[in-house]
Amino acid sequence: MDRIPIIKMAEFLLVSIQVDMHDKLALTLQDDLTNQIVKTHARGVLIDISSLEIVDSFIGRMLANIAAMSKVLDAATVVVGMRPAVAITLVELGMSLTGVRTALNVERGMDLLRDALGAPAAVDGVNANAQD
Amino acid sequence: MRTLRTEKLPLASSDDVVAVRQAVRMQAQGLGFSLVDQTKLVTAASEIARNTVLYGGGGIVEIEVLENAPRRGVRLTFEDHGPGIGDLAQAMRDGYTTGSGLGLGLGGAKRLVSEFEIRSQPGTGTWVRLARWI
Repeated sequence: MDRIPIIKMAEFLLVSIQVDMHDKLALTLQDDLTNQIVKTHARGVLIDISSLEIVDSFIGRMLANIAAMSKVLDAATVVVGMRPAVAITLVELGMSLTGVRTALNVERGMDLLRDALGAPAAVDGVNANAQD
Repeated sequence: MRTLRTEKLPLASSDDVVAVRQAVRMQAQGLGFSLVDQTKLVTAASEIARNTVLYGGGGIVEIEVLENAPRRGVRLTFEDHGPGIGDLAQAMRDGYTTGSGLGLGLGGAKRLVSEFEIRSQPGTGTWVRLARWI
């Protein structure tokens, strides 16, 4: 596999990393995402890393780069699903992932993205009722 | 100290770094390392393996499963014949990098394992040995 798929959903781009990434694959994802943000006018990027068994300094840097680049392109990034063992190891390694928003799961990550856009965070049905 | 298992793997490309991560995880799992211990050891292995490929011009890693009763552990020895490191103390400091990285590799890897030793001479290469015991 030489590319990680990027899915467009409304104004967001969704990425689920399902493989143990070698460095070139990580760099390709970084480039692809940046290009896709511009091409699709995405306002947010959600990266699911719940399948990743490790995040070392290289992958950590890739996540930070994606967050920084998307910010420059007026899109918010949220990284979701980090495993507890990965979080413990990252902190000990010395990576704080400054500037990267995180959420426990995809659902909370989507809420964060909607918040960042100033859109209602609640589900549509609830909002519709609130207007009644 | 008894050697229970040993294997040598090449480190020439970023694909090899992934293969080393997987081999190290398998050995750590086999010894009954907790998930956090496995993750720490594999992450340290990934950092040093990448250094071997990027800065050492490639090399090899020996993965040993050891028994030092009552403890068991995994020991990794990385060796390259690259340009070597002139100032080891500087190289171990967080934030120091000669490449495009963050400079967390050596110092960070050391924090993730129970034993860490590095030897290097400019012009002759670099030798790194790390181990984690349970």
